[in-house]
Amino acid sequence: MITSTGLIRQHLIDPEVCIRCNTCEETCPIGAITHNDDNYVVDPAICASCGDCLGPCPTGAIDSWRIVTTPHSIDDQLGWELLPEDTGEIFESVPEGDDEARALLEVAHQGAPRAVAPKSATVPHLNVATRHSPITATVMGNYRITDPQSESDVHHLVLDLGGHAFPILEGQSVGVLPPSSPDTMRPVLRLYSVSSPRDGERPGHNNLALTVKRVMNNGRGQPGLASNYLCDLVKGDQVALVGPFGDTFLMPTDPASNLIMICTGTGSAPFRAMTEFHRRHLPSGPGKLLLFFGARTRSELPYFGPLMKLDRTLIDIELCLSREDELPVRHVQDGLRERAVEVTELLGHDATHLYLCGVKGMEESVRDVLAESIPDWPAREVQLLQEGRLHIETY
Amino acid sequence: MELIDYDSQIPNNVALASDERLKRALEQWHPGYLNWWNQMGPNGFADSEVYLRTATGVDPKGWAQFQYVKMPEYRWGIFLAPGDPERRIGFGEHIGEPVWQEVPGEYRAMLRRLLVVQGDTEPASVEQQRHLGATAPSLYDLRNLFQVNVEEGRHLWAMVYLLQRYFGRDGREEAEALLHRRSGDEDRPRMLGAFNEDTPDWLSFFMFTFFTDRDGKYQLEALAQSGFDPLARTTRFMLTEEAHHMFVGESGIGRVIDATLATMKAAGIEDPYDVDRIRTLGVIDLPTLQRYLNFHFSVSLDLFGAEGSSNAANAFASGLKGRFNEHKITDDHRLVGATYPVLRLQGGAIVARDEPALTVLNARLRDDYANDCANGVKRWNKAIEKSGIQFQLTLPHLGFHRRVGEFQSQPIDPAGNVVTDRTFDQVTVSHLPNATDRAFINSLMQPVYEPGNYARWIAAPKVAIDNKPGDFEFVRLHA
Repeated sequence: MITSTGLIRQHLIDPEVCIRCNTCEETCPIGAITHNDDNYVVDPAICASCGDCLGPCPTGAIDSWRIVTTPHSIDDQLGWELLPEDTGEIFESVPEGDDEARALLEVAHQGAPRAVAPKSATVPHLNVATRHSPITATVMGNYRITDPQSESDVHHLVLDLGGHAFPILEGQSVGVLPPSSPDTMRPVLRLYSVSSPRDGERPGHNNLALTVKRVMNNGRGQPGLASNYLCDLVKGDQVALVGPFGDTFLMPTDPASNLIMICTGTGSAPFRAMTEFHRRHLPSGPGKLLLFFGARTRSELPYFGPLMKLDRTLIDIELCLSREDELPVRHVQDGLRERAVEVTELLGHDATHLYLCGVKGMEESVRDVLAESIPDWPAREVQLLQEGRLHIETY
Repeated sequence: MELIDYDSQIPNNVALASDERLKRALEQWHPGYLNWWNQMGPNGFADSEVYLRTATGVDPKGWAQFQYVKMPEYRWGIFLAPGDPERRIGFGEHIGEPVWQEVPGEYRAMLRRLLVVQGDTEPASVEQQRHLGATAPSLYDLRNLFQVNVEEGRHLWAMVYLLQRYFGRDGREEAEALLHRRSGDEDRPRMLGAFNEDTPDWLSFFMFTFFTDRDGKYQLEALAQSGFDPLARTTRFMLTEEAHHMFVGESGIGRVIDATLATMKAAGIEDPYDVDRIRTLGVIDLPTLQRYLNFHFSVSLDLFGAEGSSNAANAFASGLKGRFNEHKITDDHRLVGATYPVLRLQGGAIVARDEPALTVLNARLRDDYANDCANGVKRWNKAIEKSGIQFQLTLPHLGFHRRVGEFQSQPIDPAGNVVTDRTFDQVTVSHLPNATDRAFINSLMQPVYEPGNYARWIAAPKVAIDNKPGDFEFVRLHA
């Protein structure tokens, strides 16, 4: 009998929904799925929650989970006609037990605590890898993407996921576990938005990209532990990843959707992912992409070069630079104000989704501009949140 | 000539963009394919945005990408399941030899025939389902229909890839011919009988996806054992998509049963044969379901061909087509001296007779299939049992209503009794859908296109697609 001393998340198959097609058993790389004449079941002693079986399942039966203290045995599962009573829904935005990840996301989502995912967003996978079983990724490249002369040192990291199934959607984050050091009391976890789309930085190669800003002063006079660790990695180094995290800050897949994206600095990461998804998969979609991107100077703006090369029929970009010598001071809220009529008109369509990502400071300024242009803004904001059309992630 | 953007339009893992010869062949074939799709694909929904699953790779991440897509813009792909460089032929005379990466010259004609027969079934079902969009019981079901359609289209691509890549001019001609046959056309019909039958209503569609697509599962699995590695890998990947089609059928019939049971209970009807009253309530009575089941099971059995078949024996002996789950069977995989019990008509009765296993492979595959069907029926029956209504669905005997093989045109009733011709005429009337049944089912076929609404005769699904709620707008009709 399998016993456990703590809460575990058990992978089950819903016998009422399963059609016994054998696809899961065929797909499982480690032989964790078996069956009798009646049921297909997952062996809790073998299953590593890799998620390989989820995509190919035609029914959704495979996507069933229970929080248990003692796993349901194979014999029990083989005799079921129904799943046992649910004692805890698994699709939480943060994995159970990882208080640090939960706290980090709660802070990031303070601006939109009741947000829900866009209606046509793909359902995300969460917590595929945990602190207890992180996956190891290999650094394939680490490039500085801001001008070497600028103060802002932002890196673009490409991580190869090897044979691990680690399905990520645009807007989701991964947790990085830097190696422990004598200075750290407990292992550190930091979340980074993924800047590549769901099919990876390079499609078909099972990789992802992160946008990381080197933090020299973490507010306590010390360099940021995780950001410096990541920015110093070289090709071939290995990184422990957990997650994915986040089930609301996601993009709609409806090609008719309009995306208004407002960001500063590395807040551009999820928007790079969303834009690239559009470019690759919805090239003929009628939806508009409108990006307000704030930075101090061009040289501090992550991905400035590649951004400028994007086809203007794909995305309308409003750069808002605040310390560029030859230009007037302009923050994202200024750009937004200049195009307030257009933004208001777009927001009037059900298909429009508004995203904010970046430093906390811009959140209020953006709200102020929206309140100036939209008379019933407070009520509209609640409505947009409930409709999965307003998403705020600030730090 | 229309040029194809291979990277975005045809996701593939066969290095299509760098294969000039294949590219030329596909560039010639592709416009004809689009033309066929426009003529024979789903009628009237070319501009609708459908929440479809698209495969963009064979790894778990690329397998199921859900998004709104217009069907003509669906990214038909060419995918081979991951290969194993060590893989060896698992049966027949070449057992133990490395699998073939190119077509073995001596088996060229036989292999081409296998591909063409399999390929011909794929567009056929799209043609058979062409008109169903007009009468879908919900947007969820409409989306499932279209998912089946585009994947059948992709399966055609899969077979055409093999024909064009490995069979030169012959392959190109066969690929072209696949676009010219038409389901039910008297002059140029599809190759197998069941694929020329009508699928006039949604009950037939669910029966088709449960029974006929399950034949696909067995044929594809047997081909996935092939010593010709590209065929094995192609069909292995197709099987994962075929599973969804069977889900549509099994859950579809299950939901019809649920709606009937719930309505009967609510009206206080306990007698399943109180047909008139049940029909008045706008749901499908269980005896009618049984008659549809009898028809579709028997027609699908014909797809396995005659019990004894030298073609099947040759395909097995030459290592081209194995048995279902060949790799899990523990025998010599050559069938030397082995026998298999086959049902035969003997002296006016049906008896099981041991015959050389190699010559009756079709019968064995058909038996595996029938057992699988029986398991599905068992699950439907559990729902009926739970309701307390005294009724059980059953599979008819393998000899009932057959047009191919040992029992072709024989007067055998659903219980397996050989009866007189006169009795059989009555049997046929009472055990197959009659004109009244079809008219009644037809009367229920009214479209329901409001998100979250379902026709009265079918229950909402327990789990929708991609974890979406039942009221998700699975098809945007006026995109």
